[in-house]
Amino acid sequence: MTHVVNAPDILLIIACAAFIVGLKRMARKDSAPRGNIISAAGMVAAVAGVLWQHHTTMALTLALIAAGSVVGVMFALRVRMTAMPELIALFNGLGGLASLCVGFVALLPEAALSPITRALSATSVIVGGVTFTGSIVAYAKLAGKINTSASVFPFQLTISAAVLALALASGAWAVVSDADQQIASVVLVVASLVLGVLAVARIGGGNMPVVVSLLNSLSGVAAAVAGTAIASPALMIAGTLVGASGLMLTRVMCKSMNRSLSKVLFAGFGAVSASGREGDTSRTISPINASDAFLLLEAARSVIVVPGYGMAVAKAQHAVHELSELLQANGTDVRFVIHPVAGRMPGHMNVLLAEAGVNYDLLSEPADVNDSMGLVDVALVIGANDVVNPDARNDPASPLYGMPVVNVDLAKAAIVLKRSMAPGFAGVDNALFTSPNTRMLFGDAKASIVTIVEQFAS
Amino acid sequence: MMVLLLLILLLAAFLGIELIHRIPSQLHTPLMSGTNAISGITIVGAIACMAIEAPAAGVLAPVAIFAAAINVVGGYVVTHRMLQMFRSSKDRANRSDA
Repeated sequence: MTHVVNAPDILLIIACAAFIVGLKRMARKDSAPRGNIISAAGMVAAVAGVLWQHHTTMALTLALIAAGSVVGVMFALRVRMTAMPELIALFNGLGGLASLCVGFVALLPEAALSPITRALSATSVIVGGVTFTGSIVAYAKLAGKINTSASVFPFQLTISAAVLALALASGAWAVVSDADQQIASVVLVVASLVLGVLAVARIGGGNMPVVVSLLNSLSGVAAAVAGTAIASPALMIAGTLVGASGLMLTRVMCKSMNRSLSKVLFAGFGAVSASGREGDTSRTISPINASDAFLLLEAARSVIVVPGYGMAVAKAQHAVHELSELLQANGTDVRFVIHPVAGRMPGHMNVLLAEAGVNYDLLSEPADVNDSMGLVDVALVIGANDVVNPDARNDPASPLYGMPVVNVDLAKAAIVLKRSMAPGFAGVDNALFTSPNTRMLFGDAKASIVTIVEQFAS
Repeated sequence: MMVLLLLILLLAAFLGIELIHRIPSQLHTPLMSGTNAISGITIVGAIACMAIEAPAAGVLAPVAIFAAAINVVGGYVVTHRMLQMFRSSKDRANRSDA
């Protein structure tokens, strides 16, 4: 850092201001699009500022940025909204990879940094590495490339702790020993990468929104640590903003499922347990077909739609939108009730419904509707399970007990669209399915909705 | 010097929490992908690393720039795409009237 404020520094200050203003605007719907553009402009200023200082390698740097931009734009324009969670995880992983590389380079003797800053560089390698492989595992799970449930094996936590200890030890070794710096750094990188895999592998299914937002937060922390190592306030401020806001979002997710972060990370919740699979067979379920579901809906004056991950899997959002418009044309009051952890990332359902063209004003949160649930004629549950489980309210023995849910069991009637009677990702029985007010509409959610829509048309 | 840096971290952390306090859940995904793009700020560090003359830096700094550029540009574009969809049908009607 110099004592003179020069043009590149001013650009970096402008960048930080833009990130702050942009982020503030991102928190409100009306101003969010402009907030995103302001934040992007800040990034341009930051890159311009640093390029100014490092103009000797300008040509290569610009070429690399151009290549990365092309790839990024291609991904961003091609992705379907149903695939948004995995895209975000993938981008996040790339950010982690970049922080890992920066940390590694700052550790090199050629960078000639002080011991404290080298220790920070080693930390940046660890956080960046965990973010990188953790996000890649999350990506693979979300994209269905590997088993999405939590994979738990014996001594997993012990092994993870040992790998973390190895990462810390080799990091310290790389900092103090110039002679062994190279080998120690390589061990550090490998241990960090393994740690990310171990950490995310044991988290599955319905806990994914927590993981996705936590990894998002970590990528910011990685950038902030790397920034502290190379004494770049721009990196520190931007990275910390992301880390803090990501942590807040993670907290919101944890609260929405009434699970502590440590429970999500370490308990292996969501692993398929053999004992939880068999339901209580004494209770009966009442199936319904699409024609009768149509009659119920046609007669209803007030309908709520509760979507879940199953709607994303069936890609049913467009059919659902069409149904909601027909219902409204029929004089029915229609609202969409979206649980904060429905789906596989924070806000997943909102994105899908927005893609289908559902009016933003029709979307509500569980608390807005639960109080007046008794006035709802039909609750249409589309591929949601744990977020509508009344046991969370009634059964202290249920693993979901205490989780805020959408109380669809209190509506006059509930129609649950579901592929089969398999339990949700938590592997927990759902008393809603056997409740006297509930009718089960089995089959592909999209096909079922399309059939109901056709009945409306004729 | 270190104290100053730590103070910056502290202030930025509180600011980050304050800024997104009470964000509606509808905006969770755009917030995430938008902040995700900001975390690509590592690109600034990566560009600075290009100046370090060591074989490992010659490989890793370019890799970092490339990866971070995907993160940044892809993140902003996809966030923009999402936010365009988030307009209510009222907004859409207004736009087509204009």
